[in-house]
Amino acid sequence: MELFTNQVLAGIATGAIYACMALAVVMIYQAIDHLNFAQGEMAMFSTFISWQLMQWGIPYWWAFLATLIISFAGGIIIERLLFKPLAKAPVLTNVAGFIALFAIVNSVAGLIWDFTIKQYPTPFGSSPFLGSQLISTHQAGMIGVTVGLLILLYLFFQFTRIGLAMRAAAAMPESARLVGINTSWMIALGWGMASAIGAIAGILIAPVVFLEPNMMGGVLIYGFAAAVLGGLTSPLGAVVGGFLVGVFENLAGTYIPGVGNELKLPIALALIITVLVLKPAGLFGRPIVKRV
Amino acid sequence: MPATLRTAAFGAAVAAFAFAPASALAQKKYDTGATDTEIRVGHIVPYSGPASAYGVIGKTEEAYFRMVNDNGGINGRKVKFVSYDDAYSPPKAVEQVRKLVESDEVLVVFNPLGTPSNSAIQKYLNAKKVPQLFVATGATKWNDPKHFPWTIGWQPSYQSEALIYAKYLMKEKPDAKVVVLYQNDDFGKDYVKGLKDGFGAKASMIVAEESYEISEPTIDSHIVKLKATGADVFISITTPKFAAQAIKKLAEIDWKPMHILSNVSISVGSVIKPAGFENAQGILSAAYAKDAADPQWQDDPGMKKFLALLDKYYPEADRLNTSVVYGYGAAQTLTKVLEMCGDNLTRENIMKQAANLKDFTPDTLLPGVKINTSTTDFAPIEQLQMMRFKGEKWDLFGDIISGEAGH
Amino acid sequence: MSAVEEAANEAPAVEAVPKRAMTLGYGTSLVVLALLIIVPMFLKNFFVFQLTMLLIYALAVLALNILTGGSGQFSLGQSAFYAVGAYTSAILMEHMGVNYALTLPVAGIICFGFGFLFGQPALRLSGIYLALATFALAVAMPQLLKLGFFEHWTGGVQGLVVTKPDAPFGLPISQDRWLYYFTLVVSIGIYIASVNLLKSRSGRAFMAIRDNEIAASAMGVDVALYKTLAFGVSAGITGVAGGLGAIAVQFVAPDGYTITLAISLFLGMVVGGVGWLPGSIVGSAFIIFVPNIAEHISKGLSGAVFGVLLFLVIFLVPHGARQVAMVAQQMLGKLKKN
Repeated sequence: MELFTNQVLAGIATGAIYACMALAVVMIYQAIDHLNFAQGEMAMFSTFISWQLMQWGIPYWWAFLATLIISFAGGIIIERLLFKPLAKAPVLTNVAGFIALFAIVNSVAGLIWDFTIKQYPTPFGSSPFLGSQLISTHQAGMIGVTVGLLILLYLFFQFTRIGLAMRAAAAMPESARLVGINTSWMIALGWGMASAIGAIAGILIAPVVFLEPNMMGGVLIYGFAAAVLGGLTSPLGAVVGGFLVGVFENLAGTYIPGVGNELKLPIALALIITVLVLKPAGLFGRPIVKRV
Repeated sequence: MPATLRTAAFGAAVAAFAFAPASALAQKKYDTGATDTEIRVGHIVPYSGPASAYGVIGKTEEAYFRMVNDNGGINGRKVKFVSYDDAYSPPKAVEQVRKLVESDEVLVVFNPLGTPSNSAIQKYLNAKKVPQLFVATGATKWNDPKHFPWTIGWQPSYQSEALIYAKYLMKEKPDAKVVVLYQNDDFGKDYVKGLKDGFGAKASMIVAEESYEISEPTIDSHIVKLKATGADVFISITTPKFAAQAIKKLAEIDWKPMHILSNVSISVGSVIKPAGFENAQGILSAAYAKDAADPQWQDDPGMKKFLALLDKYYPEADRLNTSVVYGYGAAQTLTKVLEMCGDNLTRENIMKQAANLKDFTPDTLLPGVKINTSTTDFAPIEQLQMMRFKGEKWDLFGDIISGEAGH
Repeated sequence: MSAVEEAANEAPAVEAVPKRAMTLGYGTSLVVLALLIIVPMFLKNFFVFQLTMLLIYALAVLALNILTGGSGQFSLGQSAFYAVGAYTSAILMEHMGVNYALTLPVAGIICFGFGFLFGQPALRLSGIYLALATFALAVAMPQLLKLGFFEHWTGGVQGLVVTKPDAPFGLPISQDRWLYYFTLVVSIGIYIASVNLLKSRSGRAFMAIRDNEIAASAMGVDVALYKTLAFGVSAGITGVAGGLGAIAVQFVAPDGYTITLAISLFLGMVVGGVGWLPGSIVGSAFIIFVPNIAEHISKGLSGAVFGVLLFLVIFLVPHGARQVAMVAQQMLGKLKKN
C-alpha cells in the first residue's frame, strides 16, 4: 500500500511536468488549430536564454520576466517570418515546417550551449515538501504554478475579448473575419502566448530533468499525449490529462508484471488511444460536429 | 585541402623520392588511402540526433590530428581526417562507412561510436579487410580476433567494469541487498550481464533490476520502486543526464544506500556538479582516464598537454566534458599505431601494429593504466581503479585492477 | 500557375488530387525507367548502394502516399511497419534459412495484416488523434523489439546481422548491383500495382473517402472497409520496403527504426507532393541526400542547415515536386500550342 501511495505521489509530481507542457500545447492548438512539433524545442531554447541571462548575473525573477518577454516576441517573429507565408499551403506542409523548425532550434542550441547537462536553479528550493519525502518543494511549487496558469488561461479564453476572438479565429476563421477579427494577428498572438507558456514550462521542468538541448524530446511526447487525452481545446483537460498520464504510467510500470516496466510508455499511450476510441474528443474536449 | 598545400606537399615528396636511398624505397608499401604525403582516416560519430552529445569526440579528434599535421604529420605524412555523421542510426552508419571506404578511399575506419552502428558495419569492414580501429563502445564482442581480425576495441569493456564492482561488493559487503537501475540498451544489458557473471553463485544478491528508456523525462518512478525493496546497495548503470537525476533524487527522498555509478557518468563537471556535490558524497565508481575538472591533475604533465591542445586547436571545447578527454586518448593511440607502421602503411600491417601495443600510455590515462594488445588480445584498455567521491573530487583507492571479461 | 493557386486557396487537410494527376505520362515514365536501368551500370558500388536505398525509401514514401494522398489518413507510424518488415525478412533469412526473395512476400503479408488490424481502432480517429495513435505505434516499436521475450528471435538490443545475397546463376555482377536491379524490379512491380489500385474501384473509393467521408458513405462506399484496407496496403508495401532495407543494409537493430525514420518518410511525402505517386522518388532523394549536403556545409550545424533547406523547399514549392511537375507540364503545353 505504501508503494502504491508513493507511486501515485511520484506520478503526480512527474505529471506536473506533463501538465505544464500540455498547457502550452493547448494554447497553440487554440490559436492555429494544429500541433506544433517544435514547441518543446522552443521551450528549451527559452530556458537556455533565461539560464544565459542568469549566468550574466541577472537575478532569477528579472531573468524570468525578460525570458517571458523575449519568448513572446520570439514566438510572434517566428510566426510572421516563417509560418505566415505558409498560411495558404496545405496543413501537411506546415507540419513539415514545424519539423524544420525543430531541427534548426535543436541544432543551434547545441552549438551555442553544447550538449552537457546544466543545473538550473529553482525559486522553491528542493527540500522535502511538508515532511513528505516524495514530493519536493520545487515539485509542489510547480503544481501550484501550473494550476495558477490554468486559471489565468481559463479566464483569458472565457472572459476577455481577445481570448474569445482568438478562439473564434482558430475554430471558424471565415466567420471570425466577417465579424471584424484580424485572424492573422490572432494567430501571431497565439504563437507568442504559446511560446511564453512554453518558456514557463521549460523553466519549471529544467530543475528536475536538467537543462540540455534534448531535454524536451521525451517531455513533448507526454505533453501531446496529455493534451490529447484531456481534449485539445480544454486547458483544464490538459492539466488533468497530464496528472493522469503521470500517475497511470507509474502504476503500469509498477504493477503490470513482466513487461510493465519496459513498456511503460507504450502501455500509457495504448490506454490513451483506448480512451480516444471511446471518446474521440478527449475527456474534456468539445465534441467535433461533422458538417456535410 | 587547399590546392597549393597539396602541390607543395607533392613537391616535397618528389624531392624526398629523388634523394631517398634505394633501401628505404623498397620498404614503402601502401594500401588505398595512404601515400607518401597523406594518410586518410575515416570516422563516424553522431553529430545530430539524440546522441549528438558524443559529437565532441569527433571534434576533439579532428583538433588532435590538426595538431599532428602542424607538427609535421606522422612520419612526414599528413593525416586527412574524414568524419561523417551517422545520427546513431545503423542504416546511416552503413551508408557513411561505405562512403568512407569506397568513395573517400580511407585507409582505416577509426573510433566509430556506438554498439548498434559498429555491429552494422563490422561484417562489411571485415569482408573488405578494412581495419575497424579502436571502436568507441564497451561491448565485449569487439575482442574477437579469431572471427573478426579487422575489428579492435579501445576502452575497458562494460562487462569487465561490472565484474570489478561485483568482486568489490562480495568482499566488502557480502550480505548486501543489491538493486540495479540500467538503461535499456546494449550498454545497460552488458553491464547487467557482467554483474551477474561477477556475482556468480551469489547472483541472488541482486534483489531487483529496473530498466529505463532514454525517452523518459525522469526516472523518479523507478527510484521510488527500488527504494521500496529496502536494498542497501544501488548500482546506477546510467548515462550522464539520468545519473545526475538519480543522484539528486536519492538525496531528495532521503535514501542513502551504497551508490555505485558506472564509469560512463563519472564526469565531475557534467554529472556530479549539476547533481550537487553535497548529494554525491561517498559514491563509488571506477576510472581509467583522468578528469579535466578534477583539481588533482592540475599539474599533471599529460593533462597540461591535453589542455594546451584544446587552447590552441579547440578553444570552444567544454573542458569538463569527459568525451573530450576520451577523444584525445583515442586519437593519440591511433597516432602511435600509425607511427609504429613506419613506411609500411598496408591495412594488414596496421592491424599487426595495433595488436602489438606494449605498455603504451596516452597522456590522459590514469597513472598505472597501460595499453597492451597482442594477436589474441584485442582489448587495449583492461585496467581500472576504484574511486570514491569526496568533497569536490574523486579519491582513487586500491590497486589498479584488471577486469578480464570474455577470457 | 492558376490551377495550383486555386488548389492552394482552399487548403484542406489533404487536397483532392484527381486520379490522373497521381501518375506520370507514358513517355516520362519510360525515360525515368531507362535512367534507372542504365545509370547504375556506370557507377561505383557505393553509389549503387545509395540508389538501392533511394528505391527502398521511395517505396516506403509511396506506401505513405497511398494512405495519406489516397485515402486521406495520416500516419506517423510508418517506421513501425518498416521495422516489422525488416525483422520478418531478417529472422526468416538468418534463423530459418529462407531465400531472401521469398521473405519479401511474407514480410508484405504480415505487415498487411498488422496494418489492417491497426486500422480498426484507427477508424474512429482522424486528424491529430490519428497522428497521435500512429505516433504511439512508432514510439512503441523499438521498445517491443527490445523485449527480452522476443530476444531469441530478434537478437534484442544487439540486433541481427543479415547475409547479403550473391547474384544468382553465377551472373558476373557485384552483390550491390544485383541487389539494385532486384530492388528495381520489385519497386516497378509495386509502383504499377499501386497506380492500378488507385485507378480501380478501390482507388476511387479511397479518394471519395479522402474528399468527403460522409458523401462517400452516402454513395454506398463501405468506409470502414476501405479505410482499413488502405492501412493494410500501405503497411504491406512499407513492410516489403523494410525487408529490402534489411537485406541492403545487412543489419537490423531497434535503433534503426525509431520515430526519426517515420518523420523522414513523412518529409519525403511532403517534398515529393502529397498524393502524387511519382513524387515518392523525389521525396526519397530528399531524405537521403539533403542530410548529407547539410553535413557537408556545416558539421556542427547540420541540423540547422537541413531545417533551412527544408524551409526553402516548402516556401518555394509548398505542394512539393508535384507542383514543379505541373508547372513544367503547363509550360510544355503552351510551347506545343505555339
